[in-house]
Amino acid sequence: MSALELREVVKTYGSGHAEVHALRGVSLSVAAGQMVAVMGPSGSGKSTLLTIAGSLEDPDSGEVVIGGRALSGMSRNDKARLRRRAVGYVFQDFNLLPGLTAAENVGLPLELDGTPARTAHAAALAALDSLGLAGRAGLFPDQLSGGERQRVAIARAVTGERSVLLADEPSGALDSVNAEAVMRMIHDACKRGVAAVVVTHDAQLASWADRVMFLRDGQVIDQTAPQPGPETLLTPGAQQ
Amino acid sequence: MSVRHALLALLSEGPKYGLQLREEFEARTGEVWPLNVGQVYTTLQRLERDGLAESDGAEEDSPQKTFRITAGGAAELASWLRTPPDLSAPPRDELVMKVLVARQVPGTDVREVIQAHRRYLVQLMQQWTRIKDDEADYDLSVALVVDAELFRLDALVRWLDAADGRIKRAPAQPPGPAPAALPRLRRRIGVHQ
Repeated sequence: MSALELREVVKTYGSGHAEVHALRGVSLSVAAGQMVAVMGPSGSGKSTLLTIAGSLEDPDSGEVVIGGRALSGMSRNDKARLRRRAVGYVFQDFNLLPGLTAAENVGLPLELDGTPARTAHAAALAALDSLGLAGRAGLFPDQLSGGERQRVAIARAVTGERSVLLADEPSGALDSVNAEAVMRMIHDACKRGVAAVVVTHDAQLASWADRVMFLRDGQVIDQTAPQPGPETLLTPGAQQ
Repeated sequence: MSVRHALLALLSEGPKYGLQLREEFEARTGEVWPLNVGQVYTTLQRLERDGLAESDGAEEDSPQKTFRITAGGAAELASWLRTPPDLSAPPRDELVMKVLVARQVPGTDVREVIQAHRRYLVQLMQQWTRIKDDEADYDLSVALVVDAELFRLDALVRWLDAADGRIKRAPAQPPGPAPAALPRLRRRIGVHQ
């Protein structure tokens, strides 16, 4: 069973001359532990795909299935609950709440979902610790570097029982060292069973994924094939 | 890739013999550039001939023949390290040529051609990134080589993306001979043949 599935999703904005076909029948299936990257130019529908996959927006037609549950028949409250429990988001601009510490930012979704504050705080500290941020838990976002803020955002996205991680240009504003650290963390989350969709125009980030899908004008036009192991690159004679 | 200077660099650490130089060369370059032992000995003979290295005088074919760098070799190595490779002329890049040529072939969807190359490059990048994932098993030299390959391939993908965008925005070209853009470009950046 896929952790996340999109079936023939269609989304159009505006009408008449201003009509924009953001997605034209996009299907996507991500298994637990798998990372899929979606590449495409600006306006190709990448971000729309992510907001619909995360139920932040409804498709005009088609279906989104998370953990075997179709979203189309759900009430708004049920969708919001599923979002909090099963889906983590990472955005380019981090989206941390400035008035909360790193630990409070990470623990907030758990508390909103009914987890006692002390338990949520302990889970937040454990998540921050696993990402090398144990000493930064009490700091506010403006006291952290860009790389640290994004690591806090990833900790928030993977804390709890979340099975799906959705990331929109997660390292867009970071230097190459921090960008690689961010992708390594998302990759590690996948190794623990999380299904991830990473939207990016950056081939270096996309290359961390098990599969890369190419989107153009709201349609999937191509995707990468499964690759042989890296040993073929390092075997003497393989470069000929 | 200058095998000559790579061997001088290895000899700058101390005297070494041929087989040892081959093993160290491959290990230090992340085993990406295989080197056969004949190439090592031919290069060492030339270094000796040019006064950049000297041997201990053991028999010509002895595997225990030891080589060391000379003062001239050390100066040559220092000069080579600081001399930028000549990158002033655009290389005759096959990928660039294919995209340029695809525009002239009737019935060819250039953007589809671009996508075929983009997919191939990203697949190659996925393979290189797998090595990063296992980085604990590799040393700094391998990590540097992997980074260099990823940035090189990434630059090609970025060029394809830019080409894709330009071609999408460009007005349709009437059939007929293309304007001589390359000679103009060559004159403008001062490349002489």
